[in-house]
Amino acid sequence: MASITLNNLVKQYGDGFPAVNDVSIDIADGEFIILVGPSGCGKSTLLRMIVGLEDITSGDLLIDGKRVNEKAPRDRNLAMVFQNYALYPHLTVFENIAFPLRLAKGRHSEAEVQRLVTEAAKTLELTDHLQRKPGNLSGGQRQRVAMGRAIVRQADAFLFDEPLSNLDAKLRGQMRSEISQMQRRLGVTSVYVTHDQTEAMTLGDRVAVLKKGELQQIASPRELYEQPVNLFVAGFIGSPSMNFLPATLEGNKLKTPVGDIEVSEEKVRVAEGKRVVLVGIRPEYFEDASMVDESKRQQGSTFTAELTHTEWLGNEQYGYIKFDPDPEVRDLLDNLAREMDADELRPQIVVTLDAASRIRGGRPAELWLDTRKIHLFDPGTGENLTRDAAAGAALTDEANAARAEEIADARERDAATKQQAS
Amino acid sequence: MKNSSTKEKVTWAVISVLVLLYALFPVASILATSFKQPSDLTTGKFLPTEWSTVNYEQILVGDAQGLFLSSLRNSIGIALIATFIAVVLATLCAYAIARLDFPGKKMILTTALAVSIFPVISIVTPLFNLWRTIGLYDTWPGLIIPYLSLTLPISIWTLAAFFRQIPWELEQAAQVDGATTWQAFRKAIVPLAAPGVFTTAIIAFFIAWNDFVYGISLTSTEAARPVPAALAFFTGASQFEEPTGAISAAAIIVTIPIVLLVLLFQRQIVSGLTQGAVKG
Repeated sequence: MASITLNNLVKQYGDGFPAVNDVSIDIADGEFIILVGPSGCGKSTLLRMIVGLEDITSGDLLIDGKRVNEKAPRDRNLAMVFQNYALYPHLTVFENIAFPLRLAKGRHSEAEVQRLVTEAAKTLELTDHLQRKPGNLSGGQRQRVAMGRAIVRQADAFLFDEPLSNLDAKLRGQMRSEISQMQRRLGVTSVYVTHDQTEAMTLGDRVAVLKKGELQQIASPRELYEQPVNLFVAGFIGSPSMNFLPATLEGNKLKTPVGDIEVSEEKVRVAEGKRVVLVGIRPEYFEDASMVDESKRQQGSTFTAELTHTEWLGNEQYGYIKFDPDPEVRDLLDNLAREMDADELRPQIVVTLDAASRIRGGRPAELWLDTRKIHLFDPGTGENLTRDAAAGAALTDEANAARAEEIADARERDAATKQQAS
Repeated sequence: MKNSSTKEKVTWAVISVLVLLYALFPVASILATSFKQPSDLTTGKFLPTEWSTVNYEQILVGDAQGLFLSSLRNSIGIALIATFIAVVLATLCAYAIARLDFPGKKMILTTALAVSIFPVISIVTPLFNLWRTIGLYDTWPGLIIPYLSLTLPISIWTLAAFFRQIPWELEQAAQVDGATTWQAFRKAIVPLAAPGVFTTAIIAFFIAWNDFVYGISLTSTEAARPVPAALAFFTGASQFEEPTGAISAAAIIVTIPIVLLVLLFQRQIVSGLTQGAVKG
């Protein structure tokens, strides 16, 4: 168990390209940190710098307050789970898990190795497969062997490099919850690299969003979702992603391509003086106006728009509204889409509607928008003009408290079961 | 191929039999000849009229014993040492080529290729003069060194291809697990490369074992003369007799270790040769 501190880490390749640029993160003991971003954002490089497989160009990497920049991977006492599992095909599952113990010569007796491996195998439900070779295992089992190799040694932290990307969707969900529970039970500091939204949102205590090697924001998933710092984070987090509409301010109304939106005074204040702002609206801030309670209706604004088509998903449905932005805004949106790894962003708005809504495509429909939750962005800098830093921090504090509680609970339960067993 | 029709099967069987006949007939002929008595050699029949082991006796315990047994010893010793050195050097070299990015990497591979296609006969004369001057003529090292020039290039090429397909992640995982660079190489890479190293060793051994040009040009006595060269020095029981029978017997004996090697390690060789083909 250890804390990991990244101080202004920079990774520059031979050609001067900074893969990781001035990243600073404080990872507390027992915390589960997710590094997320589109491909090429430097998240894997950053992880490999922590574990020591990649040199650090400048900055300090501290584990438990001690600088480890120059230490070899084996001296850092970290465990890593690789994307392709990196199991030794010539060794049995048992020997694969025992590998790190056997390397630490003389530190473990044969009986102790037996005990530790059996214990780890039991945790991961691999007991029946200990004598098999990795080649004969299914993807999920291989994944668990890789995890076994990590948990068998008392490593200071776990590092995961997209460990679930090779599994099919169903197994991924299952392994995700297993990793999450295991991390809580062991209370071990973890850094997890992924490009998958769901993994980032569900696993992490805090999520670090990276773009082109630079840290954009690090916060609890909820803070990222509700109080993103900029256009990139707002667009990257959430699926379907946030809608961005160009708007001009007129009085207390924002004129957008789909209609006028009445906004509160403080939002008016930040938008004042700007020729154009981008309104960020998550799909679920919309609703079929006829499905909204009268009491709630007052908190938003109602407008009429024509949906091109709708998609019914069972629990909800998506509706799509086309709009035609002027070329300047269009360029901006295309740029943003490229940064987020998507193809060119189609100028359309995605709205989430109640599954019972009768709105269909091709006809004008009355929609309601929850204006309290919308964000306004500066189209030039991408900065979120309406971010409430205090509210965001409160959300992250909440998540931190929840983590501490969960770990304490897990340890208590662990102690209790151990007592029962003995 | 799973559901091939009967017609296809028959066609394949016929082709296989033809190829087998073509490939094995000379071996069978030599085998038959090796059991013939000297008087039987010119009868023009395929099988000996009377089976006799006189040729084997001659080379193993008889007149030609000195010539044959010493050359057999030379061949085994020289081929094994040349193979061993080639494989060890090639393993290290190929590992570096597969893993590291260093200037001149391409040149090493190109040079290796160039050396291996260089005609042996064109360097044997200068080598003969050089070896005589520096005292390597007619010694084991005098053959081992030129053999390395034959075995190293092919070993480097095969092994480099082999190391390239071993995922680097394995080694990094080992390093994170607490291994030094050397331990990671030895415990994670070498066991995986073993089939490849093995295949390479066998190919290198064949090359060294089969060489004739260096063997006959760079030796003059039993001190270092290998079997292929020694066969040329066999004589018949009298000057009117052809040593065909003895040569056949010797040829059979030197073929046996190769056949045994292939049979014993068939699986490793096949897996080694085909491992690059399909991603596991």
